[in-house]
Amino acid sequence: MPTDVEEWKSEVYGNEIREHLERFAEEGWEAIPEDEHDAWFERFKWWGLYHQRNGQESYFMMRIGTPNGVLKPGQAKVVADITQEFAHGPEENPIFGNGYVDWTTRQSIQLHWIKVEDVPEIFDRLDEVGLSTQQACGDSWRNIVGCPVAGKDKHEHVDALPVAEGLHETYKGHEDHTNLPRKWKVAVTGCREGCGQGDINDLAYEPASKEVDGEEVRGFNVRVGGGLARNEPRLSRDLDVFVTPEQAVEVGGGLSALFRDYGDREDRYNARMKFLVDEMGAEEIRETLQEEYVDFELETAGENLREDYSYNSGRETGGHSDHVGVHEQNDGNYYVGLNVLVGRMSDDDTAELARVADEYGSGEVRVTQRQNVIITDVPEEDLGDLREEPLLEDYSPDPHPFMRGSVACTGTEFCSLSIVETKNRQVRYARWLKEHVDLPDGIDDFHVHLSGCTASCAQPQIADVSLRGMKTRKDGEAVEALDIGLGGGLGAEPRFADWVTQRVPVDEVPGAIKNLLANFEERREGDETFRDFVERTDEDTLADLVEPEETSYEDPMMHNTKMTWYPYAEDDDMAASPAPTDRDGQSLPSDD
Amino acid sequence: MSVALRILDDGAWVSVDDTRRVAVSELWRVPGVEFCRCDLADIVVEGFLEVGVDGRTVEARLYGQCIVCGESGTTGWLPVGRIVDGEFYDLDREGGAAPTGPTPENG
Ligand code: HEM
Ligand code: SF4
Ligand SMILES: [Zn+2]
Repeated sequence: MPTDVEEWKSEVYGNEIREHLERFAEEGWEAIPEDEHDAWFERFKWWGLYHQRNGQESYFMMRIGTPNGVLKPGQAKVVADITQEFAHGPEENPIFGNGYVDWTTRQSIQLHWIKVEDVPEIFDRLDEVGLSTQQACGDSWRNIVGCPVAGKDKHEHVDALPVAEGLHETYKGHEDHTNLPRKWKVAVTGCREGCGQGDINDLAYEPASKEVDGEEVRGFNVRVGGGLARNEPRLSRDLDVFVTPEQAVEVGGGLSALFRDYGDREDRYNARMKFLVDEMGAEEIRETLQEEYVDFELETAGENLREDYSYNSGRETGGHSDHVGVHEQNDGNYYVGLNVLVGRMSDDDTAELARVADEYGSGEVRVTQRQNVIITDVPEEDLGDLREEPLLEDYSPDPHPFMRGSVACTGTEFCSLSIVETKNRQVRYARWLKEHVDLPDGIDDFHVHLSGCTASCAQPQIADVSLRGMKTRKDGEAVEALDIGLGGGLGAEPRFADWVTQRVPVDEVPGAIKNLLANFEERREGDETFRDFVERTDEDTLADLVEPEETSYEDPMMHNTKMTWYPYAEDDDMAASPAPTDRDGQSLPSDD
Repeated sequence: MSVALRILDDGAWVSVDDTRRVAVSELWRVPGVEFCRCDLADIVVEGFLEVGVDGRTVEARLYGQCIVCGESGTTGWLPVGRIVDGEFYDLDREGGAAPTGPTPENG
């Protein structure tokens, strides 16, 4: 039997949803029939709108896709303006205020507290500068990720940016690829450091070389079926196919059509590409692709560069593990990577970012998969003045390792899947750790990723310390808790973290990390990295080294934040929620 | 009178008549679940698998983890609420899975 979601999609899906959005915007929130909420909210995702969680009815999260993380000159300013005008909620966040941009782990942008009534105006303004929310969520081609310094990087093997843009232009709004069984996440990497993170995407292009007709050609090997969600993480698998940059778009479309036709539409849990690859095997996928979906003879895989991958690797390879800092480009200019703690930046700071990028660089801003931003094309002689800008005090190119290593998802603040509070908590953790814990000598990179549930939006399984939302009882009371995993990372031999300690009450986690680091320092051999240490230590020993403990860290959000209408409201009780509200933010009567 | 029952957000919610009513992430005390040996399991609900109605009782199958013994697994049908005069009433599951009387719920 087809699922409800498949039925809704067969009725209305894809581009046409926009007309309905415009109608609802004109008539107002109440025009969305109550007995069609589930169906419409599912469809709205295709146009980048996610209805926020219980207690926040009529407010939406809006995701804007920026292919390969590139915001062209002028675009960041428009994002800042839209945030200032349309992304303010009924309550402020105690750390971030009201009105902020989230730079995400898939190089996109998320805004919150958006009203459906404002959507047409926002869409128009995005359209004017070539930005869009199309397919930012929903069952189709999501934002295409890649090395954020593609085209500028000194470590580049092949320029991946035209390929990412070609895929984006071809498959956004393409009727044949509008309605897939599930989301379709694509990564294109051309650099030697592996910063596209192809291993955790449905479809990955990875830099490679191949001898074709006696000539060495640069292009990509193709991999399929990676992903982190649902407690079933998979690394992408080698399809044994090499493509030139010119062939990449056609082969990507062939694979997405294969997924469209063969993917599971009966069971959404089983629908992702990773499960189709489990089921068919890479070899059969390759044969099917060749026979049914492409018109030319596929080459076998070329020579890859995976040995050199350093991004998010937890290794000391000499390569970059993120894009923070000042780095020379291939044209002699510089790019400056700024650390954005847990990816969240106020609207005013975003406007400043746009100004600074314009004044010192080309006006372009790029987003990384570690929730940071990059200003590109800065001439060497302007670096000194750029460093003096006040913006760089808060978003440093040279941050403390605990700040630099922090990644966190949305969590109970807005997300209906979440089990625990995340972003603010990770900020509190990072600040406490910075003040109270010394990292062992020479450890400049130490990644702590916090995800509110198993969907794994913060990519916890590829961090040094992986944190995942849970519940437990402490002194008989239900409290928010975290599972702790260790030693994950990408690189030459990617590996997901082992979940060594489960259900640690959230106020004991900073103590656990502190003790763990002290134990690591004591047992460390030479200058090995934390990941190296974890890999040579057995799981039982690791579990003993974690030692959760209460410390001076206090957690104000131990209680069930999900049962509040907004965790940071003075009166956080569900019944005190102003939602749903009308176009002016006035409460509407709610009949249940 | 028929009610629309479905699971949303990848198993995170039971939706009743287009309103999210029962969430994952709560701790439920359940006597004698299949996957662990505790007399009274204390389960972190991690995801709903199926939802249905038996007479007036809304029931769900779910997966989760017992925090008493640490075992994870899938449950049989557990009561999560009642339909009275077409209205959904939540059950108190924190205190124990044995159905209590209907309590009005504000959503
Ligand atoms: C309001 C609800 C949600 C919010 C606020 C949210 C937030 C995010 C964010 C910020 C990201 C990274 C950015 C991006 O994808 O562009 C992300 C990625 C992701 N999201 Fe969500 N998400 C939501 C719902 C979901 C749902 C329903 C799923 C279903 C399983 C999900 C699974 C994932 C996964 C798997 C990733 C990436 C991790 C990977 O690489 O596999 N999210 N989400
Ligand atoms: S990991 Fe879970 S809680 Fe966090 S944003 Fe993703 S879906 Fe929401
Ligand atoms: Zn790169």
